[in-house]
Amino acid sequence: MDTFFQQLINGLTIGSIYALVALGYTMVYGVMRLINFAHGDMVAASAFVGLTIYTQVMGQSATLFSVIMIFLLAAVSMACVGVILERVAYRPLREAPRLSAVVSALGASLVIQNGIMLLWGPQMRIFPELVPQVYWEIGGVVVSLIQVIILILSLVLMVALYFFVEKTRMGAAIRASSIDQDAARLMGINVNTIIATIFIIGSSLGAIGGLFIGLYYRGITFNMGWQYGLFAFVAAILGGIGNIPGAMLGGMLLGLFNAFIAGYVSSTWSDAFTFILLIIILIVRPTGILGERVAEKV
Amino acid sequence: MSNQPLFEIKDLEVSYGSIAAIKGISMEVHKGEIVTILGANGAGKTTCMRTISQLLKAKSGSIRFKNAELTGLPAHKIVGLGISHSPEGRRVFGILTVEENLLLGAYSCKSVDRKVLEWVYDLFPRLKERRKQLSGTLSGGEQQMLAIGRALMSKPEMLLLDEPSLGIAPILVKAIFKQIRAIADNGVTVLLVEQNAKAALKLADRGYVLEVGKIATSGTSEELLSSEKVQEAYLGKKH
Repeated sequence: MDTFFQQLINGLTIGSIYALVALGYTMVYGVMRLINFAHGDMVAASAFVGLTIYTQVMGQSATLFSVIMIFLLAAVSMACVGVILERVAYRPLREAPRLSAVVSALGASLVIQNGIMLLWGPQMRIFPELVPQVYWEIGGVVVSLIQVIILILSLVLMVALYFFVEKTRMGAAIRASSIDQDAARLMGINVNTIIATIFIIGSSLGAIGGLFIGLYYRGITFNMGWQYGLFAFVAAILGGIGNIPGAMLGGMLLGLFNAFIAGYVSSTWSDAFTFILLIIILIVRPTGILGERVAEKV
Repeated sequence: MSNQPLFEIKDLEVSYGSIAAIKGISMEVHKGEIVTILGANGAGKTTCMRTISQLLKAKSGSIRFKNAELTGLPAHKIVGLGISHSPEGRRVFGILTVEENLLLGAYSCKSVDRKVLEWVYDLFPRLKERRKQLSGTLSGGEQQMLAIGRALMSKPEMLLLDEPSLGIAPILVKAIFKQIRAIADNGVTVLLVEQNAKAALKLADRGYVLEVGKIATSGTSEELLSSEKVQEAYLGKKH
């Protein structure tokens, strides 16, 4: 039983990181029908930006204030990168064939990845210990302060996003644009503004995911965006790409699945099992778990 | 009728790539009128409507509304000027509820006018009954009511209606046309595109007949109803 609860906690922690990153993929896909392959690399970039803000701006202090500032500044800088990325790499190709945008996304991914390598070097860097190493042992299950912070902050962000999208005017405009951009324009919705907003939200959430990866795993590399991005992308598909609650659910499920396979079967094989799970889900439900909420009448 | 039209199209040309869809049309709509554009499939009716809303860009010509030039404006600016468009095929936001669709109709206004919402619910009580339902689950006729209601939410001076009878049960078509009359009586100018020529001419004050991108004939509804050419082509009568 101890293994079960231990892996449950571990799985939820990784799962919430996947979920935060998956939201960026799914929101962009929802409105633009585009997989932003550079998203994972922005997640990685965020960890490096956080590292530099810590050493250069905050003078290596890890007070509550400086930690909050690191999170805010990293999120804001990634939001800017996201908006620039959309302007430069995606907007000029909006009317172009789908494949052109995919190639542009892959190119953007390489540019950001190599940019990180140029700025911070190819070797692994150690992310600062922003959160003190505090552990609690509850009946044989170890829970760390970092895990608690990741879980709570992710939950708060996801609930906030959910209410923003479901209950606000801007949220309704985002949902409308994801269904029918022309009809949204007829309502007076500026779809360019909506797309920029989506990149701001998705990139900031991804940035926070990147900092969590740094905090939780400590070692950060320039090319880690590929791995985490791929898993988050799988999570988005699992939940139903384009569907916001789906990305949250998919991330959590993927994290749990990963952790339980690692705990009960084999940690070397957990990635392989993840993709077997993906294949099975796509065979049974090609639209993902929450994909296609209603059949639309024509 | 004042001399200065509320809305005016002059020498409009629109093409898809190298294919000309509208080859130089001119028309005007005066305040308070119901004007209909008739024509067969592919005559350019929907193209014309989409160009007014700037979803399509004109190749040349001008579209003026209350002395403002519409060509060249981004599409999302049009509704704020007072022209609202209920598109062909209804295009309701299926995964949003009926009420969310209506509220989005007022997106261009600073706030939602509850009176307009109540008016829309009075016009189409079916929408009020189903306001919490996802609009994708409505019947075609109900979706059409929603599309019209949504277009009214921005308090337009002129309403563009593109084929409100398309694919809808005849009994609902009657109900919808009756309410279009009521909307016009409320002071909203209506530009109506229809394939159902008879119903449209009964409702409208004037009409234009579009044939492969050109205006073939125009006149008051009585004139068009009695014109042999229109009867032969659109009303199914042989002489």
